[in-house]
Amino acid sequence: MSAGVGRTTPGWLGAIPAVWLAVLFLIPFAIMLSVSVAQRVPGGFFEPGFELASYARLFTAFFGRILLTSVLIAGGAALICVALAFPFTVILAGMRRRAQTLVLVMLLAVLSLSEVIIGFSLSTLLSRTAGVGNLFAALGLTETSQAYTPGLFALMAGLCYLGFPYAVLVLYPPVSRLDPELGEAARSMGASPLRGFLTVTVPVLRAPILGALILVFVFTLGAYLLPQLLGRPRHWTLSVHITDQAIFQSNLPLAAAMAVVLLLVALAMVGLALLLGRQREAGA
Amino acid sequence: MRSLGALYVIAILLLLAAPLVVVTGVSLNGGQSLNFPPQDMSLRWYGALFQQPDWLGPLRNSVLIAALASLLAVAVALPLALHVWARGGWLGRALYTLGVAPFMLPPVITALGFLVFWISLGMYGQFSATVVSHAVFLVTLPVVTISLGLQAIDPALIEAARVMGAPRAKVLRTVVLPLIVPYMISGYAFAFVLSLNEYIIAYMVAGFTVETLPIKIFNSLRYGYTPIMGVVSVLFVAIAVAVFGLIGRYGNLPRLLGAERVRE
Repeated sequence: MSAGVGRTTPGWLGAIPAVWLAVLFLIPFAIMLSVSVAQRVPGGFFEPGFELASYARLFTAFFGRILLTSVLIAGGAALICVALAFPFTVILAGMRRRAQTLVLVMLLAVLSLSEVIIGFSLSTLLSRTAGVGNLFAALGLTETSQAYTPGLFALMAGLCYLGFPYAVLVLYPPVSRLDPELGEAARSMGASPLRGFLTVTVPVLRAPILGALILVFVFTLGAYLLPQLLGRPRHWTLSVHITDQAIFQSNLPLAAAMAVVLLLVALAMVGLALLLGRQREAGA
Repeated sequence: MRSLGALYVIAILLLLAAPLVVVTGVSLNGGQSLNFPPQDMSLRWYGALFQQPDWLGPLRNSVLIAALASLLAVAVALPLALHVWARGGWLGRALYTLGVAPFMLPPVITALGFLVFWISLGMYGQFSATVVSHAVFLVTLPVVTISLGLQAIDPALIEAARVMGAPRAKVLRTVVLPLIVPYMISGYAFAFVLSLNEYIIAYMVAGFTVETLPIKIFNSLRYGYTPIMGVVSVLFVAIAVAVFGLIGRYGNLPRLLGAERVRE
């Protein structure tokens, strides 16, 4: 947007993506909104109309439990991911470029993996015949090999596997912009590396850490297959229930109403995270 | 402290690699069952993926969808990023937000939006619906990479070309485009890999008629695990490592991901 490049492109150029995204991204959302207040036709799809019946169903214990489960599971996973990812990212950003590139390639490869593959891999790793169960039995820690899936432990492991690379990539830009002299200054004043990390690095990056926490939360909230593959039905999150209602219960209005709630939650949280990021930039 | 830090990074990377190592081992089993370490090692299931029609179809679908959707995503991302870069303004800001929004939201929302959209149009369950949905969902990646490429262009270069009398179209074609081609390619590659792995949108839009590999794996999981799923996983990991490895080798991956200064 600097003076030199202004008007390098013809004015109509922006119309192409504008029309494309308006038709294919905004209109679907508008239709979804209208479906959420439409009347359910049992056995079929829905009939246009205006009723808040689907939203009323969201104020029940059934939905409250789903929401609570989703928030607790995604929140727990986000906390673990960011706690592991922050020191990881600080160390990563201090490496040479070649080493950084190698680590980033690996993180991107894991991040891009389908949830199906992550779920399949982890359930194999935690299974009785091919996984750590064998290893523990061989080491004599357990008498016979046992399976560690499905269950809450397997699900959390899966969500952390999914969320960790994402957390690192969200933290990577602010961490890499941090002046390395800051840490050196703390050390030259006699602070131990750990103390420098806790009293200088962490406080300076408080806002990006909080932002990352929120973004990873929203990201794991979107996990759809892992709760089914690694958890038990009581661990099913909002994402799973939305699909379940839409595809298997043929209740599109309820699915749409749940999606609208999820959308509002996600928008509010992402907005908060962006705001935190902006404050940080203004302060730096 | 330095070695302690390196140890931590290596430990985490090993944890990330562990499931993939087990899956690779599992894919080498000679029999039906999943054992690790593998028994009667053989590459039999690798051949099976490319021979059994019920796996070959999804493989072809996945590759075709990823190739077309990424192309479409880059085709939309290019004018978007150019407009944001050269003109900005409220339209620029709105376009950029719209461009990155699909990626910031839980994908199930976008998936449900597409589901009702294609039902309304009567295109539910069609191959082209999956392609277009993926293209819209993944437009974020080329938007971000191309924008980074544009920001790296020295404005003096453009000004020089203009001063020498080059018309706008010529500046775009001969100065701007060649400089951002690498970023277009990496945006395409990112989108391709993610489309290949995407499940929920493909499933909601046409899961019962256009089966992609992730959908096929999930459907088959219900009838029991076979080593062929390990084969697909190994294939996907290999593609991702190859694509990102190439970007890392020929491009500046740390900068692409937002780092500003990196020790050589």
